[in-house]
Amino acid sequence: MPIDITMPALSPTMESGTLAKWLVRPGDRVRAGDVIAEIETDKATMEVEAVDEGEVLELLVAEGAEDVPVNAVIARLKGEGEDAAEPGPGDATEAGEGAVHRQARPEAPPAAGPQAQPAAAVPLAAAPAGRDGSDRPIASPLARRLAAIHGIDLAAIAGSGPRGRIVRADVEAAAGRARPAAAKAAPAAGAAAEPAAAAPPPVPADAPPVAPAAVPAQAPVALPETEVPFETVKLSNMRRTIARRLTESKTTVPHFYLTVDVWLDPLLELRAQINRALETQGIRVSVNDMLVKALGLALAQVPDANVSFAGDHLRRFRRADISVAVAVPGGLITPVIRDAAGKRLSAIAAEMKDLAARAREGRLKPEEYQGGTASLSNLGMHGIRQFDAVINPPEGLILAIGAGEKRPHVVDDALAIATVMSVTGSFDHRAIDGAVGAALMASFRALVEAPLAMLA
Amino acid sequence: MSDRFDLVIIGSGPGGYVAAIRASQLGLATAIVERERLGGVCLNWGCIPTKALLRSSEIKHYLDHARSYGLVAGEVGFDLAAVTERSRRIAGQLNAGVRHLMKKHRVTVVEGEATLSGPTRVRVGERVLEAGHVILATGARARELPHLRADGKRIWTYRHAMVPPAMPTELLVIGSGAIGVEFASFYADMGARVTIVELLDRILPVEDAEISAFVAKAFGKQGIAIRTGARVDSLVADAGGVTATIDGGEARFSHAIIAIGIAPNSETLGLEALGVATERGHVLTDPWGRTSVEGLWAIGDLTGPPWLAHKASHEGVVAVEAIANAPHAHPMDRGNIPGCTYSRPQVASVGLTEAAARDLGHEVKVGRFPLIGNGKAIALGEPDGLVKTVFDATTGQLLGAHMAGAEVTELIHGFCIARQCEATEAELMTTIFPHPTLSEAMHESVLDAFGRVLHI
Repeated sequence: MPIDITMPALSPTMESGTLAKWLVRPGDRVRAGDVIAEIETDKATMEVEAVDEGEVLELLVAEGAEDVPVNAVIARLKGEGEDAAEPGPGDATEAGEGAVHRQARPEAPPAAGPQAQPAAAVPLAAAPAGRDGSDRPIASPLARRLAAIHGIDLAAIAGSGPRGRIVRADVEAAAGRARPAAAKAAPAAGAAAEPAAAAPPPVPADAPPVAPAAVPAQAPVALPETEVPFETVKLSNMRRTIARRLTESKTTVPHFYLTVDVWLDPLLELRAQINRALETQGIRVSVNDMLVKALGLALAQVPDANVSFAGDHLRRFRRADISVAVAVPGGLITPVIRDAAGKRLSAIAAEMKDLAARAREGRLKPEEYQGGTASLSNLGMHGIRQFDAVINPPEGLILAIGAGEKRPHVVDDALAIATVMSVTGSFDHRAIDGAVGAALMASFRALVEAPLAMLA
Repeated sequence: MSDRFDLVIIGSGPGGYVAAIRASQLGLATAIVERERLGGVCLNWGCIPTKALLRSSEIKHYLDHARSYGLVAGEVGFDLAAVTERSRRIAGQLNAGVRHLMKKHRVTVVEGEATLSGPTRVRVGERVLEAGHVILATGARARELPHLRADGKRIWTYRHAMVPPAMPTELLVIGSGAIGVEFASFYADMGARVTIVELLDRILPVEDAEISAFVAKAFGKQGIAIRTGARVDSLVADAGGVTATIDGGEARFSHAIIAIGIAPNSETLGLEALGVATERGHVLTDPWGRTSVEGLWAIGDLTGPPWLAHKASHEGVVAVEAIANAPHAHPMDRGNIPGCTYSRPQVASVGLTEAAARDLGHEVKVGRFPLIGNGKAIALGEPDGLVKTVFDATTGQLLGAHMAGAEVTELIHGFCIARQCEATEAELMTTIFPHPTLSEAMHESVLDAFGRVLHI
């Protein structure tokens, strides 16, 4: 019997992804470990490897299909020793329909096979619309009507019926997931009313960070008509995630901000010495690498700041894993330096270089950008003097690093010129109080101003 | 002596033997254990032989009314022994058919009484069958109560009623489910004076109230007496007949049939020792047929109502497909099991009654169409009948369909398919029903629910 290949969950929170690219076609032989597709999640592009050996029977999801739910069947392999001609149930009757379907779509992606059409329907519908408009999710009449009533996009639902058909239960389950959020946004929504369009669905603080796939990440916002010429830019998965997560953060996490000015010259001097010493090894430690280490050590010194708010309890971490914001084309991502306090600066530097490079290529693995305990965002290289960053939930704080610049500075009661950097911490007040936040900032500052402690 | 199988099925009724065939199709080495006759109650003592009897009484009814069709019949009589013999011959024919099917599908038939000496170890006499999985399909038998016991002479269960030693003149039928009503109808058409006593407030209590009322009225016209909300307190047989105490008053009958439900055959299997969860003798399962014990499955009457052969067969297929990990396996949907009663008039239904739909909070649209508006029914001389459809007013879901009249048991599958495919009223209304057929009444009932009925 054919082997189903399903949409992998590339991270614990992943609910759906975009099938960016197929690397195999029907008829290809694959071995376990062969890369068969590239999946774009909200954070990165990942390769999907075949687990089984066999011949690719059919691809069920079109290249470019978005929001393919985790565990949806995306392709089928013919197992070893199996006769390809062996008909599956329903083949005979559906072959005709499949053929017509294929004809109607001259540019059909490799998914068009006699068997492909029914199961492929859900994901295919998520593909860019418009080829000929004939692609639509295979759903029962009742499921269609329920989806219309509840304002649910069938393309976002995985079908549990025969051959992936979307049935009533699937829509009702999706409606059940969507309802709590919609109800808050529009308590008076009538039977046929759509969930209030403008309000993003508030996510309870203790909800998983990624909303269920069936909930539109952000409902379309009706912008006023404009005479200014514009173009419509489609949201990437990353953009959508940024929009949703940061909206969630700013609307549900009570932020407070603490700013300190840090004397940077000692750190710059130490860095110069270190880099001279490491020159032969080809490693260059950046200021940012040192600040990552400083934040890790500061969190170790003030463990009450190394926390996540979890609704009815706090999680106090015993290790500081620092998420470092890296700008990438179309957005940003936060690769994590694990145990920043425990790592040598040279190790942090090497790791950060690798992570940042792969982040820009969209090739980070989920475990490389998820699960930090605090974040660091540095806009100093852009000449920003000071800014307030948005907390990256469920982390409890983020440090916003400004530019190190020569400023008048009082040293020993005398005005001098020194390199000074403004650092602002944003804290989740549900988990961290002002005094704890201040202690963390003080520790951080002390480490930067006396950086030899970082080498101890 | 020990044998090893992938699957051992205990009981060869419509649940067991169908499961065995499906298992064989899926490549499982399968054995089936039967203590009595292949085909179980359905083929040997239930569905099929009663239909044979009812066919005889139906033809007698037509002969009795030959004049209304312009025909002249001579004296109409019957040979009870020959009627019974025909029924037994048909049962025998089907029994042989099942034996052939087992052979064709290379299912090992083991004759004898099975007990479980482990979840997947079945002992039949000296023989021990080791299995990967065991499906219990032992069915049920007529339920009796301490004060209502059959003697096989004057007081019968369905099993005696099927091979009557003599023709009853005054028959008491206790219980008005499908079995009671069918025997009431049979013996009334054969000339007996029949009284039905039902504890609840209407006959056929699981059917829609309007259908119950319709059948009660039709039975009344045929001379069948009906006492609802009545209890039989005692039943005493003597050489000349039966004395029943009904709600304190005594009544005299020539014979009585106890049709107060059935009791599961679960006592002798050894379930208790294995810790299999049961409820009043019924083995509890999940929608796939899994019992509380790993490797042990149960299907059919043994698992509880509705006590219907097609439910058992379907559960058998569901369980086997789950065991074999077959593609497209789906769990049992107990909401879509049609019920058929082969009385005159016939009764057939699927889904929710109107009352149940309202209890579940549905706002309903109800369609009714009497067969008097159906040309074919009039031509057949069968204008008494009703098709009732219940829709959810908001979603157009066909919640239930309820029919009484000629051949409705052959029509109900149309509504079953509609429900299975999740058709809404729109698909049903735009379906072309052939003329002249009784099925047009189904269409009209749907149209009536939405104010578009044509022929009334």
